[in-house]
Amino acid sequence: MKKKALAIAAAVCAVATMLGGCGSSSSSSSSASSNIITAYASEPQNPLIPGNTNETGGGKPGDLLFARLVSFEAKGNASNEVAESITPNDDATQYTIKIKDGWKFTDGTPVTAESFTKAWSYVANAKNAQKCSSFFSTIKGFTDLQDAKNLKGDEQLSGLKVVDDHTFTVDMSQPDATFPIKVGYLAFAPLPESFYKDPKAFGEAPVGNGPYKFSKWDHNKEIDLVKNPDYKGNDVPKNDGVTFKIYTDDKAAYADIQAGNLDVMESVPASATKTFQKDPKVQAYNKAGSVSQTFTIPSNLEHFQTNTEEGQLRRQAISMAINREQLTDKVLGGIATPATEFTSPLTPGYSSSLKGADNLKFNAAKAKELWAKADAISKYDGQLTFAYNADGGAKPIYDAIVNQLKNNLGIDAATNPMPTFQEFRDAVTNRQIKGAFRTGWQPDYPSAENYLFQLYASSAADGNGSNDGDYKNAEFDKLMDEAYAAKSTEDANKIYQQAQEILLNDLPAIPLYYSNAAGVASTSVKGFEMNWQNLPVYEELTK
Amino acid sequence: MGKYLLRRILQMIPVVLGATLLVYALVFALPGDPVKAMFGDKPVNEAVAAQIRAEYNLDKPFIIQYLLFLKNAFTLDFGNTFAGQPVIDEIGRAFPVTIKLAVMAFCFEAIFGVVFGIISGLKKGKWYDSVILIVSLLLISVPTFVTGFAGQYFLGVQWSLIPVTASSNPTFTELLFPAMVLGSVSMAYIIRLTRSEISSNIAQDYVRTARAKGMSNGSVMTRHVLRNSLIPVVTYLGQDLGALMGGAMITEQIFNIHGVGFLTYQSILKGEGNLVVSIVTLLLLVFVICNLIVDMLYAALDPRIRYE
Amino acid sequence: MTDETKPSVYETLPGQERYVAPIDETPLQDVDKVDESAPATSMWADAWRTLRKNPLFIISGLLIVCIVFVALFPGVITKVDPNYCNLDNSLGEAEAGHPFGYDFQGCDVFARTVYGTRTSLSVGLLTTIIVVAIGTLIGAVAGFCGGWVDALLSRIIDIFYSIPFLLGAIVVLQMFRTSSSIWKVVLVLALFGWVSTARIARGSVMEAKNLEFNTASTALGSTPMRNLFRHIIPNALAPIIVIGTTSLGSYIVSEATLSFLGVGLPTTTVSWGGDISQAQVNLMTNPMVLFYPSVALAITVLSFIMMGDAVKDALDPKSRTA
Repeated sequence: MKKKALAIAAAVCAVATMLGGCGSSSSSSSSASSNIITAYASEPQNPLIPGNTNETGGGKPGDLLFARLVSFEAKGNASNEVAESITPNDDATQYTIKIKDGWKFTDGTPVTAESFTKAWSYVANAKNAQKCSSFFSTIKGFTDLQDAKNLKGDEQLSGLKVVDDHTFTVDMSQPDATFPIKVGYLAFAPLPESFYKDPKAFGEAPVGNGPYKFSKWDHNKEIDLVKNPDYKGNDVPKNDGVTFKIYTDDKAAYADIQAGNLDVMESVPASATKTFQKDPKVQAYNKAGSVSQTFTIPSNLEHFQTNTEEGQLRRQAISMAINREQLTDKVLGGIATPATEFTSPLTPGYSSSLKGADNLKFNAAKAKELWAKADAISKYDGQLTFAYNADGGAKPIYDAIVNQLKNNLGIDAATNPMPTFQEFRDAVTNRQIKGAFRTGWQPDYPSAENYLFQLYASSAADGNGSNDGDYKNAEFDKLMDEAYAAKSTEDANKIYQQAQEILLNDLPAIPLYYSNAAGVASTSVKGFEMNWQNLPVYEELTK
Repeated sequence: MGKYLLRRILQMIPVVLGATLLVYALVFALPGDPVKAMFGDKPVNEAVAAQIRAEYNLDKPFIIQYLLFLKNAFTLDFGNTFAGQPVIDEIGRAFPVTIKLAVMAFCFEAIFGVVFGIISGLKKGKWYDSVILIVSLLLISVPTFVTGFAGQYFLGVQWSLIPVTASSNPTFTELLFPAMVLGSVSMAYIIRLTRSEISSNIAQDYVRTARAKGMSNGSVMTRHVLRNSLIPVVTYLGQDLGALMGGAMITEQIFNIHGVGFLTYQSILKGEGNLVVSIVTLLLLVFVICNLIVDMLYAALDPRIRYE
Repeated sequence: MTDETKPSVYETLPGQERYVAPIDETPLQDVDKVDESAPATSMWADAWRTLRKNPLFIISGLLIVCIVFVALFPGVITKVDPNYCNLDNSLGEAEAGHPFGYDFQGCDVFARTVYGTRTSLSVGLLTTIIVVAIGTLIGAVAGFCGGWVDALLSRIIDIFYSIPFLLGAIVVLQMFRTSSSIWKVVLVLALFGWVSTARIARGSVMEAKNLEFNTASTALGSTPMRNLFRHIIPNALAPIIVIGTTSLGSYIVSEATLSFLGVGLPTTTVSWGGDISQAQVNLMTNPMVLFYPSVALAITVLSFIMMGDAVKDALDPKSRTA
């Protein structure tokens, strides 16, 4: 009996070996070919259609496949790419866009004004269920395209008018000075005519006009891009292609970088933050980045209202009781930079010395004093809870914040983890959380507007935007309007700084830190730099 | 026997229906809104969200959603994932890898578990019995992520003895260590079970009788002791194959294996009802078939157990 | 155990069930002698008599008493507050008053290991007890009755087995969101744990049902239910005890998985499982933080495995004379 059992087991194992053997012959040989870079990635959550891509899994290949009107340098400054010029009228309500001659999609068709207008209308049209549609909400005619039941999907935005093959105009429903920067976001990419025939097939094998050309997408395994020989924009690749290898976990990818099986990744697993900069097996990169991490206390939470003195005192006290240096150093292992304001060090117009920045500096004595003052106005001895989603690795940071508040301020605080992101977002958007909750912001385009207006303007409150704490301040809103109508980006940035000083006093959200652009590359790779999106500059990598 | 088999196969129908309904209900009961979560931290465009809900039938009452799923499942259309991929393709990619991994882990735990269990059971109280006890104890108390991660770092990264991660089409060598990690905890259980059964059976009267008849020690072991000791072990192994396939999440994550465990985990977090139910149905079939085989083996191991 | 090589006639156990022939009719009377003056004893009393003399039982019993003491009175062992955590001490070395050093959040590892005993031991023990009780009962009934009862119960087991633990745990624990009692965790672990015990029990009972003593007992007019509870279950108990005591540790670790998912106990509840999963992040740089709670867990599991082995041997009179 025993012999028989063993024999069966051996036979089963032999079958497994054969299965394994068959598989190995077809395994990728990309690392062997000379100048193809392998990069860390996750499986895209949507088809590879620019207007439907709102997360990094699809965003990374998407950014390389499509060239937009403007492109951003590594530091985040915008410069024209497909656009020849983007000219606003006097009050920034109409833009005239001229595009350069000679741009082609990889299927050979030319990039024309219509490639843009039709693509933008497609994304804006609710019938097509594109996740980035709200980006087009400031263009005239957007509201007419929101009743999906009575739409066919090919209706056009009335604010877009094609003048000739290389010129079109954009009418805005409200002034928007940041529009020339916004159009650098992936959702504003042009699409070839072939897209509309079969969007589904396009999503599996996109045709773009960017520095790289789509080669193949082996689901859950890898996405292969090769250099686009016809591309002559701002970011001509120095390598022959990028292969995005899809990983289950960043720890596994890090181990592959150490072993030389993977070339580059833009994150550092928590287990390696303390060691990666000293690790001789990898090249490390660690500089201040653009992702801002905050927690929000709802603006109407009793004892914490942003429009009462008591509430402001309590918010300032909490903010000052948090030792941000200790958080970024001990908990995050140095891959984050303590926050000094509401945008990020990579955002044009950033300053670390705004009026009220002291409210973000650790000062336990002052914090206790402010809290006592607030208690003098109205006594509070409840428990302040901090909600976060447990599937995103935020536990250590919120455990530490709660401990700091207990130790430095002597108040009762506790974490309130929720198992999944979907549950957490649902609780946030339904305003069910009676306490503080995790908020973070990854900018879509490098502009202070993207951090401030979207998160703190009254018009973005009550479910109309990302103002999840329902912060409302008329003075702040007035400055936002002024900035939109400003003559230049520089002028606008000055106004944004004034607006921030209001936020630093009211603290609708409490800024914690900026996630660094931190990543690792294998030792054989040259030209490893990271950009304002905290992503490697793939075009510059060689080996 | 044929009649019994037929009856067992017919019984699978209510089981599959019951399990899919239950799992579908559980996914439906998951807190949160999967469509809102698709927008991340960004504002949700309600018109677009409504359109997506309509596309995936998420706007319909629960029971209608379930019936629609069932109806389509009969034509082998399991729907699409939220990423627009056919569920059947996702499963077709994940299952072969996981089957390979699970079968290897299964062989590992069955062979080593039974062998060490026999050694331990025959020589109860000897020093190697104690060593085996301590080793199995370690495997139980040290979580898989520690054994997996430490093994990957030392054997893979530092000493280059094993592949660090599995490639997109994992080979036998790439899966060998992950399979050992995956099977190690169950191996400890099997060692304990086999040991206990062997040590109690070896004292039974029929062993004494067999020896008295002049039967060789080896024959006594294989024909009597082992055969009589295997029922609980086979039961455990039978239910473990299904568990190995569904529960390999941690091992799959550590070694970058895109298998069923990882897929299940992801689809639960995202609230993908169709995907979860389809995976569960397949795992259920594996489990039910394993149990059927186990029940057949009972009769083979102990002729007094009969199925009519 | 001292006389295992040379069974002495004076050590023959009272109440031995193998009755061969009247004493004075056989020359084997010394070996098979039944002490008729001893009161009739049950199998359990019998087992207890053996247990008392088993060193394995004494050692594991003492260990368990110690563990229970720590669980009941953690304050006697350490005066340090396990929930006072200061990042200044993050991953700090051991020092006077803090023999095990500090963990990632700067909490005292010794205090946390001591205070974690109560949670972890209660979760592990309660879950094991419930799982063994329910699993044995359902499995035994299925194996014993056979036919449609077996079919029905087995198919219910199949359905339960197919539910992914993560999915079930999130949904069930959601209903008890506000409760901080350990019972909700025990409930979920037991809800998904009993099936495997039930399968094992079913197999063992099917095997035991066909043994001679059952036929004998039935022939003597015993009712089936009496047979099941008095003879078959006790005889099928060995594998269940083995699986039960071995799983104890895995329940303690699973509790941590739930807390990690944000559906388990509140994060202020100290437990070994929770500390082990937190310490895994710094496994490479600070393995000792992981080491201490793991050792505590291992010792606990070892004690219960040893105890299980001793009890199992005592219940099975044949195995101990081997």
